[in-house]
Amino acid sequence: MPERDHLTVTVQRGGPDTPQRPQTFEVPAYDNQTVLDVVSWIQQNTDPTLTYRFACRVGMCGSCAMMVNGVPRWTCRTHVSKVVKGGAIEVGPLRNLPVIKDLAADMDPFFDKWVAAEGMHHPTRTREDEIEAIDPVASDRQEANAGIECINCSVCYSACDTVAGNPDYLGPAALQRAWTLYNDAKDADRDAILDAVSGKGGCHSCHSMGSCTAYCPNELDPLSAIAGLKRATTKRFFGGRKG
Amino acid sequence: MSEFQLYMAQRLSALVMAPFVIVHIGVMIYAIQGGLTAAEILGRTQGSVFWLAFYVMFVIAVSIHATIGLRTILGEWVGLRGGLRDGLSAVIGLGLFLLGAQAVWAVTA
Repeated sequence: MPERDHLTVTVQRGGPDTPQRPQTFEVPAYDNQTVLDVVSWIQQNTDPTLTYRFACRVGMCGSCAMMVNGVPRWTCRTHVSKVVKGGAIEVGPLRNLPVIKDLAADMDPFFDKWVAAEGMHHPTRTREDEIEAIDPVASDRQEANAGIECINCSVCYSACDTVAGNPDYLGPAALQRAWTLYNDAKDADRDAILDAVSGKGGCHSCHSMGSCTAYCPNELDPLSAIAGLKRATTKRFFGGRKG
Repeated sequence: MSEFQLYMAQRLSALVMAPFVIVHIGVMIYAIQGGLTAAEILGRTQGSVFWLAFYVMFVIAVSIHATIGLRTILGEWVGLRGGLRDGLSAVIGLGLFLLGAQAVWAVTA
């Protein structure tokens, strides 16, 4: 049984039209409960106007990320027992993104930058051609595989201090996506990817602080992906090209 | 210059500076053995084409490297954007070069 039968939960309320203000709720404490369970309990039992976002509840969709005690986390897979401090937790909207209302952040800048980093497929073949055979143990494929389990939760983007200081910076998730495509044998336009990540706010803005890799809930490594892009652009500068 | 060109200029200037820093510090450690006087330093540097070339290149590399770093700091910490940030960085870079060049001229001319 928990030491206390209630949690003190401080939730950041408000949005663009109403000033942000903290509101405190008392929520029943259970042995097994996630931060998302706590937020849902408040919305269902105390204040139906509390706005937040979730979908799958099992760490696949990337919808429910929030700041928990000042740190970005996927709330559906974050047990209260791991983050609670003195019977209390603080929940807020993701950092580095505009707030729509309460705990729902506006993800548009995050996904716009995904596109700006050329995070889109450039096909090598048409639908009339045979499917290209991919060697699963090729080093390029291994490099791409390392980043493809991103769930677009924006935890890395919120954790990144470079994004906080430089609004143009594309951010770890978008750059990691560019890196996976750069290493994809089925991608036909590597130069377009390197051009996209070499501009204003591109991979060269990264200071290698590593919060992205430290906080990624899927234990991916955007820091190394961005380092890969820096190496690839530098190689291209000196005339070295990837086939 | 594009962000990527600035990135490369900062890395390449660092590459140039690395041996300069080692020689600079090495000579300092060597030169202070048995005391240090202005006459001893000037005796080594005055009229020396080698030390003139060495420190002119060093000053140029420092001016490029530090200016690009300060430009980033002005953007991320001071919040300057666009022409104001580039202009202020260029003025600081020029100032660094002039101060450095003046010092080099003072000990080698």
